[in-house]
Amino acid sequence: MSDHQYTPQSKFGKWFNDRLPLLTLANHLTDYPTPKNLNYWWTFGGILTFCLITQIVTGLVLAMHYIAHADMAFESVEHIMRDVNYGWLIRYIHANGASMFFLAVYIHIFRSLFYGSYKSPREIIWIIGIIIYLLMMAAAFMGYVLPWGQMSFWGATVITNLFSAIPLVGEGIVTWLWGGYSVDNPTLTRFFTLHYLIPFLILGLVVLHIWALHVPGNNNPVGIDIKKPSKDTVPFHPYIVIKDGFALLMFMIVFAFFVFYTPNILGHADNYIEADPLVTPAHIVPEWYLLPFYAILRSVPDKLLGVVAMLSAIFILAALPWLDTSKIRSAVFRPLYKQFYWILVADVLILGYVGAMPAEGLYLLIARVATAYYFLHFLVVLPILGFKERTLPVPLSITEPILAGSPNLATARENKRLDKLK
Amino acid sequence: MSEKKTHRRDFLFTATYAVGAVGVGAVVWPMIDQMNPDASVKALASTEVDISSMNPGKTITVLWRGKPVFIRRRTQDEIAEAKSVSLKDLKHPEKDEDRAKNPEWLVMLGVCTHLGCVPLDQKGDYNGWFCPCHGSHYDTSGRIRKGPAPTNMEIPKYEFVNANTIKIG
Repeated sequence: MSDHQYTPQSKFGKWFNDRLPLLTLANHLTDYPTPKNLNYWWTFGGILTFCLITQIVTGLVLAMHYIAHADMAFESVEHIMRDVNYGWLIRYIHANGASMFFLAVYIHIFRSLFYGSYKSPREIIWIIGIIIYLLMMAAAFMGYVLPWGQMSFWGATVITNLFSAIPLVGEGIVTWLWGGYSVDNPTLTRFFTLHYLIPFLILGLVVLHIWALHVPGNNNPVGIDIKKPSKDTVPFHPYIVIKDGFALLMFMIVFAFFVFYTPNILGHADNYIEADPLVTPAHIVPEWYLLPFYAILRSVPDKLLGVVAMLSAIFILAALPWLDTSKIRSAVFRPLYKQFYWILVADVLILGYVGAMPAEGLYLLIARVATAYYFLHFLVVLPILGFKERTLPVPLSITEPILAGSPNLATARENKRLDKLK
Repeated sequence: MSEKKTHRRDFLFTATYAVGAVGVGAVVWPMIDQMNPDASVKALASTEVDISSMNPGKTITVLWRGKPVFIRRRTQDEIAEAKSVSLKDLKHPEKDEDRAKNPEWLVMLGVCTHLGCVPLDQKGDYNGWFCPCHGSHYDTSGRIRKGPAPTNMEIPKYEFVNANTIKIG
């Protein structure tokens, strides 16, 4: 962590800090030197922390009223919506909170992709982030099962059946996951337990994520290593705290819009019908944030290979720091990568769209092309680009391009003198 | 320790690891196995169904082990259609005779072998079943003909207790 020594002012503070250096930690967090050019794309880490805390707090409250039993789960959720004081509000915050969480995490991930934040020396931060993302998907999936509506039941059936694609042991694993011969009460109770557990695992990983971040410090839009502390940095408090706080307020406006004006727009009406093991809804579609992977699953005509492709699409991200061979981090100085980056963004959006459509005809064709491109981007484009691309000159510091473009004659002259010396 | 000599301590280490591994296994296995189907779930192993009121062309769906089972009294056309299919045209070749011992009665798990949805009766390109989830088409014998499902719909263990009753399981 921080190199400089910290001594508390008060006698008690000193006594306490000698025994448990919490104040040193607090001091490290407030003084933590942060690149001064961080833009608003960097505020989503704080927003995500807010999302996690929101989900944990609202989830705890919901668990006080929810009953994890196949005969009572659906009714207990309706009981929360109708009878429990502000139950509707708490449940809508929790349900839409999941979507907001994923919205923020996708922006956070794509920010990292644009500015090369996953590259050395930040690979471990990135991999921990991928694990958090996987756990988020597991938590979201299991949480969606708990209301025991039609989408809950059939979503659980389809997703757990993915494991049956594994040769030989697949069926046994599925029976083990279910605790029976179909999705039923034993499945519901264990999903509830795990849904309760995972957010705390995520919380622990978030601590590691931030810890690993504080070793090299933040990446920044220019993507260069900076001296810390220096003229290129500002202390985390108050500069970043205020900026993160403002962004969080903006984010909460969007959040509140969904909760108060369209609380069900991101859900499926079918989930307000109680689970019926004899009737499958006409269209089973996962939540919006899983659609790109669902599209990849369906684009492969073979059951096992479809599952393999879907999982590879996620795990390939963990290998990204080594697949991207370019030394330059920020896309600002990588004219070709910048174009491929936006193609990838469009590709993922297209996958999300076709994932929501029936898997036939033109949609299926588009899904196949988009799936192929997704893998092409990571396995072919990125490794080759690092060798072929002509990157733009990278500034030596964050301050340099600002001073170089300054109308101040003295600075300009000084820069010219420095250039001659080089 | 420069020479390769077995010491008393090496023996103690090995013995400790071995006993430790057995101990860990003995504790972990109950933790894993508790998730498998319990005695009360296994107890619901068989179901008897009254079929006396079923006319040709009628399908009923019953629950067996939490899963839907289709019982269809097939029409003569359907039986003929199922029998006329060449095994070469099938993704998972099975004769209709092997799937329906009594050709009039088709008893099978109403679970799509792709990802477990319940296919819809009398739909799809082969007059059998159609799975709305990912578009698998089954014929009048419940055999997969088109779509992502890898195998035919499963035939459970069943028997005719008498002319009016089928026992599944």
